[in-house]
Amino acid sequence: MATAIVPLAPVPVQRRSRIPGLALLRSTHGLQRIMLVIGLTLIAIFVIVAIGADLIAPYGFAQTRIGDALFPTHAPPSAEHLLGTTVGGMDVLSRIVYGARTALLVVLLAAVLSIFIGVPLGVVSGYVGGVLDRVLVLITDALYAFPSLLLAIVVSIMVAGGRSDAFGGIVAASVSITVIFIPQYFRVVRGATLAAKAEPYVDAARVAGARPTRIMFGHILSNVSQTIPVLATLNASEAILTLAGLGFLGFGIEPSAAAEWGYDLNKALSDVANGIWWTGVFPGIAIVLVVTGVALIGESLNDVLNPLLRTRGGATTADEHDVVAAATQDTIADHRPNPPHLPNPPEKHAPPAHPDPPEDSATEPDQPTPPTQGGDR
Amino acid sequence: MAKTQTSSRAALLRYLAIRLVLIVPTVFILVTVVFFFMRVIGDPITAAQGGRLSAEALAQRRADAGFDRPLLIQYWEYLSGVFRGDFGSTMTDHREVTEVLLTNGAATLELVFYALIVAFAVGIPLGRLAARHHDRLPDVGIRTFAVLFYAAPVFFVGLLLKLLFSSALHWLPAAGRAETETTLALSKQGPNTNILLIDAIVSGNGAYVVDVLRHAVLPALALGLLTAGVFIRLIRINLLETLRADFVTAARARGVAERKVVSKHAFRNALIPVVTVMGMQIALMLGGAILTENTFEWRGIGFVLSHYLLARDFVAVQGLVTAIAVVVAIASFLIDVINALVDPRVRY
Repeated sequence: MATAIVPLAPVPVQRRSRIPGLALLRSTHGLQRIMLVIGLTLIAIFVIVAIGADLIAPYGFAQTRIGDALFPTHAPPSAEHLLGTTVGGMDVLSRIVYGARTALLVVLLAAVLSIFIGVPLGVVSGYVGGVLDRVLVLITDALYAFPSLLLAIVVSIMVAGGRSDAFGGIVAASVSITVIFIPQYFRVVRGATLAAKAEPYVDAARVAGARPTRIMFGHILSNVSQTIPVLATLNASEAILTLAGLGFLGFGIEPSAAAEWGYDLNKALSDVANGIWWTGVFPGIAIVLVVTGVALIGESLNDVLNPLLRTRGGATTADEHDVVAAATQDTIADHRPNPPHLPNPPEKHAPPAHPDPPEDSATEPDQPTPPTQGGDR
Repeated sequence: MAKTQTSSRAALLRYLAIRLVLIVPTVFILVTVVFFFMRVIGDPITAAQGGRLSAEALAQRRADAGFDRPLLIQYWEYLSGVFRGDFGSTMTDHREVTEVLLTNGAATLELVFYALIVAFAVGIPLGRLAARHHDRLPDVGIRTFAVLFYAAPVFFVGLLLKLLFSSALHWLPAAGRAETETTLALSKQGPNTNILLIDAIVSGNGAYVVDVLRHAVLPALALGLLTAGVFIRLIRINLLETLRADFVTAARARGVAERKVVSKHAFRNALIPVVTVMGMQIALMLGGAILTENTFEWRGIGFVLSHYLLARDFVAVQGLVTAIAVVVAIASFLIDVINALVDPRVRY
């Protein structure tokens, strides 16, 4: 969550890459690369398990018997039940495997929804400005400042509305996570739009008679969209944690409708007093591994995109020296640091060869910073 | 020179005043959103009696409680109550919402305080160590540690701590804020703050103090380590950037010892962003507190709030959420003021 990104120099190769992560991998070295490889491996396993759950899981996620033979309850790990069984006699391993599928579905749905809502809102708000912009900024900041889990709970109750079948539950969880993320995409994209708005190519398009919608979604969108993958990666880990938190508190998906790790951990809490560890430890490890995987990728992306931190191994080119020097000045000129878990507002997103900080700050119109904003000016 | 200083101070005051005034609309938006959200998702009578009463009886009960009146009228009544400082009474257990805020709020405050101690004690030294050994083994180790603590949900860390220290080793209690006798004794004693540590110290009974502290260790660790992970990453990144600043190079060039460069020159400057971020941390910690309190049955705001939410007790939820919104908004304002005082570059 608290990852300060200074997306100063986009890695140029990245855009041409076909295999996700490969170009990123090339641009790393040493320990950084090891961390990235671990992250990519974890996520690959997660995705494979999620997709192939039916083939991998030994039993169904809510299965408690084979024919007439009930599974033992609270059985320790054994050959029949590799990770033991729960108090209800469900197979822990199967629940974990199917839980991966639930998590993947929710994360993907939440990412798609928040990008499709947050990004256009940010572009329009930044480009159109005026009262609309101020109202949207105020609302998103109010939402952003609020404890996200609480917001997610309220929204998930509202969306689920009593129905908690697999589909309804997954949609409810995704929508509630979306509500947390929209303000983040909104802020980042709005900032990038403000910067892009002042670029000559936008003026050129305007002079050439392009309609505002074309400028916004043709010219500006394609130029501000490069920050989105980083943000989406960072958000994915938070999405999984929020989903687990919802499940843990009992606002998630019904256990008979889909397997969910947070719910299982909640149930496991009462087993602890009896010394039964396998019902809680294994789903917990599953969460940790997946979130770690995503976080490692995010961290690597962050360090690669942040030339300030690029020190060892790579030969620093003259260009990079310029970037570092300019960026350092930029940081100082930029008085107030940003909230750590958001990429720095992309108005700092100057072209790598010759960033021009003074001009950037001029593009941000003077307006009161709403409360709790770490400061994006 | 003096003139520019006064004008910049005036600008700063103006900025802070705007920030202060903006708290009102922020809180207002949240109160409104939560009010209407909560009305959409059902009412406590239906949630409690849903299957048991006939449709007519249910409708009668709802009418008696006034839930069938137009939403806007209910909203107006609620708002005017809030302005008078009257948050109403909870519907499920008939407590004054203000009383819930004071007693359970004190418990949450106590938990967050302990957690912050853990977070500072663990986060700052480790973040510093990682930055000093950038990209070498300590850095990698500490960063992995930080990522793991970020990645582990607070309730999973809590579960592991309980398994180890409570059910396996029997060193520490698994749940609650104190033993029942301690709680009873402390609640009988004259005026109490509901911050059990203070109450226990006031009682003068050492056994109570020990009991309260023993109960606090595991929840404080769970919530504190989560926050420590954030602190480590923050300090590391900021210190790394500061260590590359010109004034640090200048200090090195003057022959200042590396140790002193880090501790005197770079570290203090690297702390500034951390102060800024503290405001964001408060919202994060309150979210973490909901989970921690449920894991350890710590009867704070988060614990009761999740129960009120499950019962659809919207009077209680509205009140608590409003209070949380106010706390978050004021805290972030205070952080901004502190930040302006600490960092001479923050001038508007």
